[in-house]
Amino acid sequence: MLRLLRRRALQAVGVTLVVSTACFVMIRTLPGDLAFRIAAGRYGYDQVDAASAEGVRAELGLDRPAWQQLLEWWAGLARLDLGTSLVTRASIADELGHALGASLHLAAVALAMGCLVGVTLGAAAAHRPGGALDKLTTLAVVGSRALPPFILGLLLILVFAVHLGVLPAAGHGQASNVALPAAALAIGLAGLFARITRDTVVQVRATEYVQFARTKGLNGRLVLTRHVLRNSGVTVVSYVGVQALILIEGVIVIESLFGWPGLGHALVHAVFWRDVPMIQATAVALALLVVVINTAVDVSTAAMDPRPRVKEVTP
Amino acid sequence: MASTPTLRTARAIVALTAVVALTACTTTSDTRDGTAAVTGGTLSVVGPVEVHSLEPATSSELFTRLQVSETLVATDADGALRAGLATGWHADDDTTWRFELRPTAVFHDGEPVTADAVVAALQIAYDKEGSPLTGAPVAEIGVDGDDIVVRLDEPFASLPAVLAHTSTQVLAPSSYDEDGAVTEVIGSGPYAISAVHPPQRIEVTASEHWDGTAPAITDVTYQAVSRAESRALMAESGQSDVTLGMDPVSLQRLQDVDGVQIHSVTLPRTIQMKVNGEHPALGDPLVRQALSAALDRQGMATALLRDPEMAATQLFPPSLADWHQDDLTALEHDADEARRLLAEAGWEEGPDGILVRDGERFEITLRTFPDRPELPILATAIQAAFADVGIDLSVSISNSSEIPAGHQDGTLDVGLYARNYALVPDPAVTLLGDFAPEGSDWGAMGWNDEDLTAALEAMAEGLDDAQAADARAQVAQIMQDELPVIPVAWYRQSAVVNERVAGMTLDPLERSWWLSELTWSS
Repeated sequence: MLRLLRRRALQAVGVTLVVSTACFVMIRTLPGDLAFRIAAGRYGYDQVDAASAEGVRAELGLDRPAWQQLLEWWAGLARLDLGTSLVTRASIADELGHALGASLHLAAVALAMGCLVGVTLGAAAAHRPGGALDKLTTLAVVGSRALPPFILGLLLILVFAVHLGVLPAAGHGQASNVALPAAALAIGLAGLFARITRDTVVQVRATEYVQFARTKGLNGRLVLTRHVLRNSGVTVVSYVGVQALILIEGVIVIESLFGWPGLGHALVHAVFWRDVPMIQATAVALALLVVVINTAVDVSTAAMDPRPRVKEVTP
Repeated sequence: MASTPTLRTARAIVALTAVVALTACTTTSDTRDGTAAVTGGTLSVVGPVEVHSLEPATSSELFTRLQVSETLVATDADGALRAGLATGWHADDDTTWRFELRPTAVFHDGEPVTADAVVAALQIAYDKEGSPLTGAPVAEIGVDGDDIVVRLDEPFASLPAVLAHTSTQVLAPSSYDEDGAVTEVIGSGPYAISAVHPPQRIEVTASEHWDGTAPAITDVTYQAVSRAESRALMAESGQSDVTLGMDPVSLQRLQDVDGVQIHSVTLPRTIQMKVNGEHPALGDPLVRQALSAALDRQGMATALLRDPEMAATQLFPPSLADWHQDDLTALEHDADEARRLLAEAGWEEGPDGILVRDGERFEITLRTFPDRPELPILATAIQAAFADVGIDLSVSISNSSEIPAGHQDGTLDVGLYARNYALVPDPAVTLLGDFAPEGSDWGAMGWNDEDLTAALEAMAEGLDDAQAADARAQVAQIMQDELPVIPVAWYRQSAVVNERVAGMTLDPLERSWWLSELTWSS
């Protein structure tokens, strides 16, 4: 286990260097004058002009050779200092913390809702494969997957905010604000989780060790909790990990529809404004999240999987 | 022993389920509380502008709009100057202006607003980028007794208007750090900041130090939501009390919704095309007139802006009453006239229907940006209109700064944008910059007119009322004939206001939302 964690930590360092450097190079090769873009972000479209752009260029030293600016970023990174935003002049660590917190909050609630509904439905559907509930679940899954989250989000707002008036339509800052965006994401996720859980449970139930467990006299509930769910869990947890990544990186549309100030929002603004250190920091945060979630998935599946006698993962 | 890990797993599953259930329950119960808070005693204002900075020049006017901070000079619902932090002002002589301070004004930290504090704030604004004050011919900002005295290098009649610009807002000395950067917004207006949560939320509450009539609504939350559709749904569901920055389609839909009212005001803002006067084709006034005649402004305003009255017939909208000239010949759509003018300028139809002169196809690129959502759709309508008269127009939708950048490096052909002629409440200040002989990022490019420059400079130095009216008429006429920028549409700002709220008036200059004048309906 320690070997795995050490290896993943090294991977994280490598990913950080590669991703932030790649971002730097990509932003530098994009068309458009950096100073003008940053000035547009700072002063807005009514006030951006050559004078404000020159002011920005002088203040930020944008004329310096690119390699000097990259070295500066690396040096800052070594001190765990992400610097300040070129546009808002606020600390990037603070802005990133805020955006990451908002995205993780949304993703966690969506995942929890998706898991609860999806795994329950899937396990229930697997009870009688081909039965009425199984067919209904399949129908619901297809329906929910066919609806893009954007349309689903609008439908949820229309029903719960406009017609029923029980939830806020959009915004951030109150506990209730997370309900609709999370539900919009969770409905699609629940469908996926239901399918995976159902198929895996059906598969595991058909295995010899489950049949043996039944033969040796264990009752249905014990078979389900000790053998079926635990073995199915290995597949489901890996799948949840993948979905969590897709979720965190793919919530831009939902964040924009619901006015949610997450990573997607921060990244889009930073790219539009050419806020180079903010783009680097956001991309690094996303990359590190991949490493962290993958590690968490590996560790938890190792803990759940009953097969290996030693709780060790081959890295 | 063998069952221990299984038991642990089972327990973990139960715990996970409990956590998930708890999260769901918390969400539901919080929801009810949350909704109650929104519809309670706090006014919820929703708009598109995000909170990215506390600095007066880069805070998108949010703190003057929320009436947290004041400027020396304010404006009324007609856009005319009125007392702000200064109760009165006058010119001692051609180059000296005196502003008398409101003696009872107090900052939200309890410190009185002194002439020294005002001068310090103005000096910081003057030293920073992004303020029209920097462009004014200011020699010195000083104190004389309780008055603020501004000495100029040359006569500048628009100084009071410049001191109404939001970048000159006066903050308490404790708002700034030692480098002059704003760390906290401590103003002297009816509302004081309770919390700022960038990029989306500002909470304000009625200030106990305000020396005017106490606001009827004491608590206000401003929330930035970038999508117009989402804002419309917030208005429709009653989540927001005042919703700003509505798109034409949502606005049309909300007109039939019960419980909300729509307030509108025309802004001194014109959607226009900046044309490169040094471009081989576009430098010819005949071609610019042809481009103008090719535009079906009425059609664009009706179909795209859903507001036929906003079709521009001249550069200055009726909301700029002093500048709008009723007797000017209106700019009209006439595709045949456009083709005739282009033929007169030497352009002939090529084999593919695109005009050709001396072997050169009439190909140009229009740059615009999506910050104002109607600009890209207007750009495509312009593209179709130009194609109809044989001009191949490519549309490039990018960042707003691509227009000034293209002006600087000479690569811009045509730029489409909305220009606010009352950035400073006196349009002459903006015009003087935009149509300076050397051109300007958001104004003329490769074009100048001596008569226009002379008229604007005379206005800056100060003219009597009759002379000023003549000069404005002359400026409007030159713009109409020469078309250094081609007007496309005027602008109407709308706000959706919940019926729970009464007393809403929209500011044509977008400096303030005048929330302190709102009341709850009975």
